[in-house]
Amino acid sequence: MTAALVQALYLAASVLFILGLRGLTSPESARRGMVLAEIGMLLAIVGTLLHHDIVSYEWIIIGFVLGSAIGTAMGLLIPMTKMPERIALSHAFGGLAAALVGVSEYYRHGTELGSVTMAAIGFEVLLGALTFTGSLMAFGKLQGLITGIPVTYAGQNASNISLVVVAIAILIALVAEPAWATLFYMVLGLGFLLGVLIVLPIGGADMPVVISLLNSYAGLAAAATGFVLANNVLIIAGALDGASGFVLSIIMSKAMNRSFTNILFGAFGKVDEAAATAVVGRGGAAVNEGSDAEAATVLADAQSVIVVPGYGMAVAQAQHAVRDLAQVLERNGTTVKYAIHPVAGRMPGHMNVLLAEADVPYDQLFDLDDINEEFAKTDVALVVGANDVVNPAAKTNPGSPIYGMPVLNVDEARAVIVLKRSMNPGFAGIENELFVRPNTMMVFGDAKQMLTRITAALKP
Amino acid sequence: MTGELVFGFYIFLLAAFVGYQVISGVPPLLHTPLMSATNAISGISLVGSIVAAGAHYNTVSTALGFIAVTAATINVVGGFVITDRMLRMFKKRERRRS
Repeated sequence: MTAALVQALYLAASVLFILGLRGLTSPESARRGMVLAEIGMLLAIVGTLLHHDIVSYEWIIIGFVLGSAIGTAMGLLIPMTKMPERIALSHAFGGLAAALVGVSEYYRHGTELGSVTMAAIGFEVLLGALTFTGSLMAFGKLQGLITGIPVTYAGQNASNISLVVVAIAILIALVAEPAWATLFYMVLGLGFLLGVLIVLPIGGADMPVVISLLNSYAGLAAAATGFVLANNVLIIAGALDGASGFVLSIIMSKAMNRSFTNILFGAFGKVDEAAATAVVGRGGAAVNEGSDAEAATVLADAQSVIVVPGYGMAVAQAQHAVRDLAQVLERNGTTVKYAIHPVAGRMPGHMNVLLAEADVPYDQLFDLDDINEEFAKTDVALVVGANDVVNPAAKTNPGSPIYGMPVLNVDEARAVIVLKRSMNPGFAGIENELFVRPNTMMVFGDAKQMLTRITAALKP
Repeated sequence: MTGELVFGFYIFLLAAFVGYQVISGVPPLLHTPLMSATNAISGISLVGSIVAAGAHYNTVSTALGFIAVTAATINVVGGFVITDRMLRMFKKRERRRS
């Protein structure tokens, strides 16, 4: 009887998860969707607490209380600009939980494991461990604890690939001989090591793809747990999470015109030197530098403005200053729109969340495909801390490492104002010829400070 | 055992297809909330950790289970809290600012 009830609760939870994610199709239904998903989670937990193996609840309750306290504190206190770091950390926790459940299962059953369950545990532990250290590395890079510049060395790809092969070979041996515990802990150790090594060569600009990929791995690790425990709700939720990370990874790599393998094995930054110097060598065209007052004059005359935010806006926490400027412009009768490149920032949707935080209505935010033709009809494109996603070299210079990547046609606007800290190239280390075009005005300085000054100058 | 595995694969593949379809419909606008929501949902590994933490199989399992329960609860609670916090921020224009 209890078993049937538990299954019914799990089934209801699975349906609610799917309906909850469906809610995210539109901002109006999103919050309601999340309530459904929350109810689903509650049902799944209640169902699990009825499990006949559970004899005491003290550790479960302590874990709940501790986890809820930390989770709520993190959820409420983390600023929106730190969202990529938070997401990376939660992938790490997810991976850790999956890996630990796997270790616990192996420790308990060890020798008596059937080959199928052993294979599932192996995958669970490998993926969980890899997700854990990989996500911690991503967190470290985002937080600046580890250099965001790709770390590469000779034979890196070859050694990484052979490690993956070794891990899989050990896994196969373990399936044949589940009692061989050393092999099991080698898989665990290799998982931890691979996570570090795979993320090491990845640069800051590639973070959106890596975070999506780790999202997918965390889901697959959860699904593998489901296979180990023969638990369908785990399999379903894990598959949903895995699919979500997979879809996002595809969108992100398309937006960079790069394949998965290219991102994982072709660290940005080292191939670029030739192309980068080629552009610089073109006579070092003069940069048209402008002051905040000059920028304000250009904006005052504009009928239409498209704001292009990038990671620099997040770093300078300039989203509120952007909003203030847009409001003043709108009061002057200027139409203001925002153009969001899929890989602007450090995770999928990063810019949207920041602008939403600054109370920018979401119907002013446009995706690459929806707005790219409008630049030609626009008076001013205002680039706030974006670089590679507005680099015309992606369209014109076949030698550029980002050639073929879809970029925002900022250069087609009548005038371009670029707010940037300095002439330093972006994370990809590529020179941007947009900055030396005659219709581009470069305004150097802290984006937030500059925007505030421009806004003040525009106020009547 | 094999039957169970095949059954599990059916479920996995069908759920993955549903997930692919549903998530392809999520606009880029909501990609970050999507990530934190799936994070929260993947905290479902809580289900496995709860049994490990409460079953008294042995001390190691209990300890690992306890850590896993804590980690997964952080994801579930933190994930839902932060998703809601983000979604509350997405607003439509209140009929043209004047």
